Amino acid sequence: MSVSSNETGNALLSVRDVAKSFTMHLRDGVILPVVNDVNFELFAGECVVLGGPSGVGKSSILRMVYGNYSIDSGEILIRDRVSGEAHDLGAGDPRLVLDLRRDCIGYVSQFLRAVPRVSALDIVAEPLVSRGVDRTVAAEKAAGVLNRLHLPEALFDLPPATFSGGEKQRVNIARGFITDHPILLLDEPTASLDAANRDVVISMIREKLDAGTAVLGIFHDQPVRDAVATRTIDVSAFSARRAA
Amino acid sequence: MTSPILSVRDLERRYGDFIGCTDISFDVWPGEVVAIVGESGSGKTTLLNCISGRLDRSSGSIRYNMRDGRFPDLADLSEAERRFLMRTDWGFVHQNPADGLRMRVSAGANVGERLMAIGDRHYGEIRHTATEWLGRVEIAGDRIDDKPVAFSGGMRQRLQIARNLVTRPRLIFMDEPTGGLDVSVQARVLDLLRGLVSDLGLAVVIVTHDLAVARLLSQRMIVMKSGRIVETGLTDRVLDDPHHPYTQLLVASILES
Repeated sequence: MSVSSNETGNALLSVRDVAKSFTMHLRDGVILPVVNDVNFELFAGECVVLGGPSGVGKSSILRMVYGNYSIDSGEILIRDRVSGEAHDLGAGDPRLVLDLRRDCIGYVSQFLRAVPRVSALDIVAEPLVSRGVDRTVAAEKAAGVLNRLHLPEALFDLPPATFSGGEKQRVNIARGFITDHPILLLDEPTASLDAANRDVVISMIREKLDAGTAVLGIFHDQPVRDAVATRTIDVSAFSARRAA
Repeated sequence: MTSPILSVRDLERRYGDFIGCTDISFDVWPGEVVAIVGESGSGKTTLLNCISGRLDRSSGSIRYNMRDGRFPDLADLSEAERRFLMRTDWGFVHQNPADGLRMRVSAGANVGERLMAIGDRHYGEIRHTATEWLGRVEIAGDRIDDKPVAFSGGMRQRLQIARNLVTRPRLIFMDEPTGGLDVSVQARVLDLLRGLVSDLGLAVVIVTHDLAVARLLSQRMIVMKSGRIVETGLTDRVLDDPHHPYTQLLVASILES
C-alpha cells in the first residue's frame, strides 16, 4: 500500500497508467470506456487545469482522484507531506480514502449536496470540526470565509436548501477552502458566480498556491483559467472515446 | 492503528433449508457508520439481528471488542456480560418505536430506566439526566411525565434514540430508524442522528432500504441481495459508481431531486 518517497519524487499526487470504464449492467452489460493511460503529476504550489471538450472525462478524473469513482487499473498515489510516504488511493480501501480526504485532499464539487436542517455556517465549519478544531474557532473561521465571499450574514444560520445557485456555490467553495489540505480539487467552482465573487475566488486560489497547496481543477471560465493556471493537461489525450 | 469494534466472519443463518444470510464477513470500526442496504427479503434484518445477539446464527463468528480490551465471540460471553452489552454498551433503535420503548411509563422513566440498569440510584440526578437527553432530542422538558402513547411518531422515535444513547453506548444497531415516518419528520430524526453520532463518536450499523439515508449517515456501505453481500465500499463510491448489477438497479431507481 505504501511506496517509498523517492519513487514519486516530490509530487503530491501521481496518477499512473489509470484506466476507467463503466459497465452498464442495465444496458446488457455494454462497456463505456472513459479514459486510458492517464499519467500526470501534481506538485506543491501549482495549479494544473484539466482541459478539453465536454464529455472527455475531466470530471471523471477529479472523481477518481477523490475516490468517488473506482479505477480499473493503475495507481493514484497521494504523498503524505509529513511522513513522505505515498498511499495508493486508487486501490479503493474505504478507510484509507476517508483518511486521505480528512488530511490530504479537499474537493469543491460542482453542486452543493445540502443536508436538511444543517446551517450554512455548520456546513462550512464541518471539515475543521472533523479534524478536531474547536467548534467556536471553526465557526469563526467559517464566518470569515463566507464574509469574504459576500454571503449575507442573515443566511449563515439557515440551511442552504433554499439558497440561490450562486449562494449555494459560495457555501460549497467556503467549505472546500477552509482547510489547509495539501491537494485541492476544484470542479468549475466559479460557474454560477458573478464577476465580483469570481475575483474573490481567484485571489483565494492564488493564496492557496502561495501557501504551497497543489490545485487540480476544471475551469470553463477563461478569465479564471488565465488568472490561476500554471499548466494545462489536455484530457483528450487520455480519452478512451476518441476511437469509439 | 485501532482495531475493529465488531468483526463478523463467514456468518450464516438458515431457516430450515432457506438461507436468511450467508457468507457474510465485515468489520465495523470505532466511530464509523456502516449502512446495510437492500430490498425487503435481502437478509439485511436477519443479519442485523444476528450480529446484535438477538437471533442465533447457524455458523460463523461474531467478535466484539469489549471495554476491557478482550475480543471474544458473542457466543462465548457469560449471560451477565451479554446483559451488560445489551443494557449499556450497545443500543438498538427499532423501526417501530413501540418495540424499543415502554409505552405505558413516562418519557422520563423510559430514559431513566437504562440509567438505573447501570446502577444509578439518585432520583434527582436520573431525572436531571433524562431532562437533558429529552432536550438533546428536541422533546420539551414539560413532556417528561407524559407517556409515549401520547407522543407523535417522530417524537416517539426521538425518545427511543434518547433512551438508547443515555448510557453512552459504543455501538448502536438501527433497523430502518426513519422507515415509518413522514418525510418532513424523517429529516429531523436523521439530522439529530447525524449530529449525535458524530458528537459522541459512536459506531453504528444501520439497516435501511433508503439510499438517501445511507448517503447522509454512513461512510461505508454493504449491499445485500438474496442473503449475500453483493457489493461493499465507501458510500460515495458505491452510489456514484455502482458496480454490481443489483446496485446499479437500486441507484438507477432513485428519483433525481
